[in-house]
This record gives sequence, structure tokens and C-alpha cells, in this order.
Amino acid sequence: MLAPGKQPIYRADHLLIAEMVAQDSRVLDVGCGDGSLLQLLADTKAVDGRGIEVSRERVNACVARGLSVIQGDADSDLADYPDDAFDYAILSLTIQATLRPKEVLEQLLRIGRYAIVSFPNFGHWQVRARLLFTGRMPVTANLPESWYVTPNVHLCTIKDFAELCEAVGARVERSVAFNASGQKLGTWVPLTAHNLLGEKAVFMLTRKWVEAGNWVARQ
Amino acid sequence: MDTANIGDLPAATDARALQVTRPSSDYLDVSESLPLRLASGKELAPYRIAYKTYGTLNADKSNAILVPHALTGDQYVASHHPVTGKPGWWETMVGPGKPIDTDRFFVICPNVLGGCMGSTGPASVNPSTGKPWGVDFPVITIGDMVDAQVPLIDHLGIEALFCVIGGSMGGMQVLQWAARYTERVFAAVPIAAAAWHSSQNIAFHEVGRQAVMADPDWAGGRYLELGKEPRNGLSVARMAAHITYLSEEALQRKFGRSLQDLDAKSFSFNADFQVESYLRHQGSTFVDRFDANSYLYITRAMDYFDLAADYGDVLANAFRGTRTRFCVVSFTSDWLYPTRESREIVQALNAVAANVSFVEIESDKGHDAFLLDEPELFATVRGFINAAARKRGLPASAGPRLAGSA
Repeated sequence: MLAPGKQPIYRADHLLIAEMVAQDSRVLDVGCGDGSLLQLLADTKAVDGRGIEVSRERVNACVARGLSVIQGDADSDLADYPDDAFDYAILSLTIQATLRPKEVLEQLLRIGRYAIVSFPNFGHWQVRARLLFTGRMPVTANLPESWYVTPNVHLCTIKDFAELCEAVGARVERSVAFNASGQKLGTWVPLTAHNLLGEKAVFMLTRKWVEAGNWVARQ
Repeated sequence: MDTANIGDLPAATDARALQVTRPSSDYLDVSESLPLRLASGKELAPYRIAYKTYGTLNADKSNAILVPHALTGDQYVASHHPVTGKPGWWETMVGPGKPIDTDRFFVICPNVLGGCMGSTGPASVNPSTGKPWGVDFPVITIGDMVDAQVPLIDHLGIEALFCVIGGSMGGMQVLQWAARYTERVFAAVPIAAAAWHSSQNIAFHEVGRQAVMADPDWAGGRYLELGKEPRNGLSVARMAAHITYLSEEALQRKFGRSLQDLDAKSFSFNADFQVESYLRHQGSTFVDRFDANSYLYITRAMDYFDLAADYGDVLANAFRGTRTRFCVVSFTSDWLYPTRESREIVQALNAVAANVSFVEIESDKGHDAFLLDEPELFATVRGFINAAARKRGLPASAGPRLAGSA
């Protein structure tokens, strides 16, 4: 999905997400891949973690290493979970590959007290430059596949995502943009700069809305 | 219980008849003071549960794994069968260094209520008549089977089972245990199972039962008293059922259209084809080790299984509040208990935010895959059990004993 690159032990976005997650909390990792984030959270935060992964091979590998993971996908299987089933519902570098990102985000906000979403930023200057100067769909180290094979059917920029958060009634509790080495951009930098310089972003969200009209907005 | 006089049986079944009254395994006699209240409303007492154990129960009795068996299984999960002399039916899974490691865990395998390997069933003697129960034995359910195992677990001094794991009907018992005795089940692994028996599965069972009952030697279910046995009927039932345990692909791969010891078709109704010969063999060896009435009762119990029905028709309600860790496993080519039925269990567990893993294993071996050499199944079970053991505070695994063995 994204460039495997020269991996450190942990992915940069995983480390950022792990910073946001409280000790001993309940976590659902949607699109958990090989389970490395769940493992990191289990090791460092002692979370009660669950995963959903679309690839059968990866699911089986996760379960064989002792993680609680089911085979399923973000688009169809989140509806099974009750409201507030988890403290954190996490979608790391997966939203761009879902068929209905808006519905998926709404489900995350429903089943988790917090939703944490990371995604590749299509507004990064390299992406913009490729399109501008080559006139072709950008292929970068961060987004290595050609348009006809990429699973990333719903790419967005940081600004786009912030707009979606607004549209689904999500409050942005934290947002961090970072580059390939995991270096964060300072909080003093305006959103426009994040959108230009961040290769990826992580947003931590809560819901402002309520179902059945009787929920109160989170303070 | 005294040895009953059950007449002069054909030689092939003598060894089996002996198992009914004098099982080669351990057994627990539950006294009349603790009657089993059956789903039908009837009571059964006294009754016996025959069982085998493997490994050692630890000091705080926290390492017990219950392995309920499938339709035609028995308590000899990891030791040779006293009638057939064959190895245990799940020796690939249960044993020293195996995924269910008897060096670490205390494994309990009971013969189900209604079975014919020492637990009370239709071949046992009805104490009120002194004759075999036959069809006077009460109709039982999966829930009754599980309830009958509870005194055994109590007897062994086990408060909570570390794990309950089983395939097919064993998986139904796993689900029933997890639903009815959730506090006593730390981890549950239903494999190639479903929370209810489908119409197609009931249909196949009905064909099998009709084959048994159409055999004149079934004699209205009283064959044991008459020294008879519906061998042909039970054999046909087994042949038909056996097809459902395989897959079209596996049958084709194994037999194709090959002829059995022939160069050309015989233009007769002999077993020309290898697949016919194979099925006939499956049928005839089965009747040597299994009681026809047990087959009727146990298939009926499976047909009646519908876990949601006991919980307001909402399967999730069966698991509400559960703290049990689940690992649901299905096989791609299993058309008897297809993946979608396992997925229903997973959805119900997700609906109550239970701790669940779900693995679908690629195999062309059909329903029987759970009993066969499936490395991915072994890896899944080993990983899940080891992780659960860590959560339970049990000592870590030493890993597979032999290099290369899963």
C-alpha cells in the first residue's frame, strides 16, 4: 500500500499514534496489517487490542503471534461493533484505501471514544510538483504505485481531511504532520504549511455529534 | 454399574459392547441425587461420563483444556482407540509439544452423553428395565451434553477451564460452554462449527437416520436386545455423511474416476470405482466401532442446536458480558459449516465487543480439514493458546518439541 522503505523497528506513524494512546486502554486497529502497531501498543501501553485486517495471510500471521485479529474490512465490518466499544478506534494509513471514507470515519467515531486516523498527505509539495511538472499521476517514495495498481482509491490532502472531519462532526483533538523520518512539524506552523511539508498526518478525533439526538457534545 | 447381559453379539462388536459397560478409560458415575435436567424436560439419573485425561493438572488447577469431540469421535483424542487400535483422532493437535501441549496443559476429553464409548447413551442399560435403553433413551441436545460434563469438571476440582476447544460438533459444545458457563471458560476455540444447524445439515442427517431405521436389523431400535445390528443401514449413513466431510475437489484429487483393482469397467454394481470402494470401507469400519442408536441420538442433538434460540433469537445475547477470549476458525472448502456461519459467530461476538480472533484457513480438504495435517491451523491454535496462557499467567511455551513439527 505504501512504500516499505528502509523500516526502522517501528513505523513513524505508529510511534506517534502510540504517544496518543493511554495506558491499559481498549484499542481497535482497523487495517492492522501484520499487527505491528497492536504489538507496539501491547508492549508499551499494555492495551487490550483487537485488529481487523482484510488479508487472510496477515490475519493468520497475527493470530499465530498471539494478537486478537479478525479477517474483515473497514468498509463492511465496523457496523457490527456497539457504540463506544473501544477507547480508541485506529485507522493507520488505511483510510485512503477504503471505498467509503466518510462512512468509515463516522463508524470509527461511533465505536471509539477517540478515533485516530493517519494517512498519506496528497498535498505534499513533492506530489504537487510531480503533477505540475510531469503532468502525470504522482508516484513518490511515499506513494509508490502507478494509478492503475494502487489500492489508494481515495487519496486526500491534510486540508481535505480536516474538511471531512468538520463534515462528519468530528472535533480535532490533536493533529500532527510529519515527514518520512517521523520528524514532526512544529505546532506553530500554519495548516497550509503542514499541508505542503508533511508527508503523512495523524489526527486524533472525538465526536461532536450524537445519535438519536440525546448525546451531548464532548467537552 | 454392573456389567449388563446384552446377549450374544456378532464378534466384531464384542469389543465395542464391552466399552459401553466397561470403558477402557476413566469414568465418573453421577449419582441419582444429581439428576441431569434435559432440555426435553425429562431427567436422567444416574448417568456416567467416560473420559480420558492427558498431562498434569497444576497446583492452582488453571491449566485445564477441555476437548469436546465431534459426532463420531470419542474420548481417545490422543491415545489409541481400544476397539480399532488406531491412533487418537487428534494426535496432530494434542500431545507433548503439540499445539495443545500435554507437557503444559491438562487435557480432558469426555465421551459425550449419548455416545457409545462408556458415557451413558442408548446402548447403555436402562436401570429401570435392566435392558439396553435403545430408543427409550431420552432425546438429548448439545446443551445437555455440556451440562453432563459440568459434574466431571467439578469432580476434577476445576473452577475455570483455561480453554475449551473442538471442531464440528465439538465446536458447538465449545460455543455452548462459552454461552452457558462463561465464567468457567477463559478461552474458547470453535473450529469448523456453527451456532446453529442449517437446513441442509439437518437434511443430510435425516438421510442417515432413515438409512439406519430402514434396515430390518434396526428392529425398531431394539437390535441390541435381539442380538442384531443394523450394519447395512449405519454403513450407508456413514457413507453419505462422509461425502459431506470432504470437498468435490478433494474427492476428485484423491480418486478421480480411477477404477479399483480393475483394468476395465465390470458392467456390474460392484465397487468398480475407487471412490466407491473407499466409501464402502469407511462405512464398514465405522459400524465396527459405533452404535447405530448413538448415531441417531447424536445427529438429532446437532439438528436441535440453535444457540440463539435460547437467547431471544439474538446470538449476541448468548455472549453478552463475556470475558472469554475467542478464536473462531473456518476452512475455505468446508461446505457443511461454511465460513459465513463462522462469521456470524464473529459478528455476534463483535456486537458485544468480545475478545475475538477469526481465521479462515485455505484448504481444499472440506470439513474434515480440522482433523487433518493443516499447518496453518496448528500455527493459529498454538499462537492463540500461547497468548491466552500469557494472559492467564501460565508458564511460557517451550515451543515445538521437534524441529519441523508444527
